[in-house]
Amino acid sequence: MNHRAIRAIYLFEMARTWRTLLQSIVSPVVSTSLYFVVFGAAIGSRISQVEGVSYGTFIVPGLIMLSVLTQSIANASFGIYFPKFTGTIYEILSAPISYFEIVLGYVGAAATKSIILGLIILATAGLFVPLHIHHPVWMLAFLVLTAVTFSLFGFIIGIWADGFEKLQMIPMLVVTPLTFLGGSFYSIDMLPAGWRTVALLNPVVYLISGFRWSFYEIADVSVSVSIGMTLAFLVICLVVIWWIFRTGYRLKN
Amino acid sequence: MSSIISVANLSKTYGSGFKALKNVNLDIKRGEIFALLGPNGAGKTTLISIICGIANPSEGKVLVGGEDIQTSYRKARSLIGLVPQELHTDAFESVWATVSFSRGLFGKPKNPDHIEKVLKDLSLWDKKDNKIITLSGGMKRRVMIAKALSHEPQILFLDEPTAGVDVELRKGMWEVVRGLQQSGVTIILTTHYIEEAEEMADRIGVINKGEIVLVEDKTTLMQKLGKKRLTLHLQGKIASLPDSLAHYELELCDAGATLVYDYDTKGERTGITSLLGDLRTAGIRFNDLDTTQSSLEDIFVDLVRTS
Repeated sequence: MNHRAIRAIYLFEMARTWRTLLQSIVSPVVSTSLYFVVFGAAIGSRISQVEGVSYGTFIVPGLIMLSVLTQSIANASFGIYFPKFTGTIYEILSAPISYFEIVLGYVGAAATKSIILGLIILATAGLFVPLHIHHPVWMLAFLVLTAVTFSLFGFIIGIWADGFEKLQMIPMLVVTPLTFLGGSFYSIDMLPAGWRTVALLNPVVYLISGFRWSFYEIADVSVSVSIGMTLAFLVICLVVIWWIFRTGYRLKN
Repeated sequence: MSSIISVANLSKTYGSGFKALKNVNLDIKRGEIFALLGPNGAGKTTLISIICGIANPSEGKVLVGGEDIQTSYRKARSLIGLVPQELHTDAFESVWATVSFSRGLFGKPKNPDHIEKVLKDLSLWDKKDNKIITLSGGMKRRVMIAKALSHEPQILFLDEPTAGVDVELRKGMWEVVRGLQQSGVTIILTTHYIEEAEEMADRIGVINKGEIVLVEDKTTLMQKLGKKRLTLHLQGKIASLPDSLAHYELELCDAGATLVYDYDTKGERTGITSLLGDLRTAGIRFNDLDTTQSSLEDIFVDLVRTS
């Protein structure tokens, strides 16, 4: 194991975060605060309670997931796309480092960033609404699992993208709608029966449901199903990445 | 001298069906400076990319320091430093950070003294804290060399190292390369500047259309393939050459003031003695003469044209 190389990639990527602190950390925190103002205060004041918790409190796990998902994808896809774009990928490919170690460096850094961000948003949320986390260990486990899984997914997008437009396309057209429709701002029990069935096809529902359970012990689907679905997505991403490196897809001629 | 790189039956066919390399066999000797010459699209960069792990071979085998580049890639790659042709650099990192990153990537422990030495050797020390984006093209090129040297490689690939570098800097870079060779580093360079190969290389390989056309010691190559040119400065101008001299294929230059005769040093006879005799017979006198050896560039152009 070339642990120095993993460390080098990890620290290089983390250095980019500190350099772009405003964009990386501050702007998601600001936009999440705006969600609290709009959804929590303005709309929430007209909705009494959802499954026993106030609306403002109810949306906290969904808001954290929204940021963790989008930031994991953005961080990891940009992290690997940028060396491809500038050409500096030559150095990674010619270094004595295995594919597994490359993924560990890039995905590790991307996941770390979004976990830190998730915790910052959690702390920010604490300023707006009273919070009580029933299962903090499970909460962290869901946070880490989601950050890692979606960083892997972002890594795949970064390899696949051959232009900035494609880099934005999946997060904009697929992930954001799935997150908004995945129960960030409502319980899927609030949907009509038909739409509820449709909603269950959305993988994000399971992530948010599990994460919300760790906070308030309320869930749209059972916790084991949530974990199972997240792990399944993780495995799919790992298989795709294994295939990318085995074939050199969009990396090697 | 033992081989540090051994390429055997290497072929590369791209997805489009283009054959970039055709059954290439090549041995690079430990400690030498090897210049790989070839026109654009000849396969130079493809060959380097395969040896360094950036492209996959279609067929064949490459050993670096006795290690197979595919089955034992960690050991093979850790011996190599690569300076690619294009200026691929980060933009917002400092020179120091990017060079240190390269060392870590190759699994070497931190060694600020070594990085300092590399940066000083490449006249980059006063720029160590500058962001790469602020550097000139020549400096970026040197940053890439510094990155390649950061992990103390035994082999250095320089793909067009002095492209876009001014004359003074180019000479400075040659000094650095010579210094590296003296410290035991094997250097493989591709270049468009034939004078660079002529100046630097111990051996020269010529590649054209994906095939190695020739590999030879530079001096042997110059002697073996070199043509010489005899220039005679005539006492008086002549309008045309007599028929008796037609078979020498002389060229009348400078409005009839000089005669030029190209001859092959490989040939059994150069024809100089008989030419001088025939000139006297024809009544053409000269007051000076000189000979020049054809340059590597002439040899190269000849080889590529005929291969």
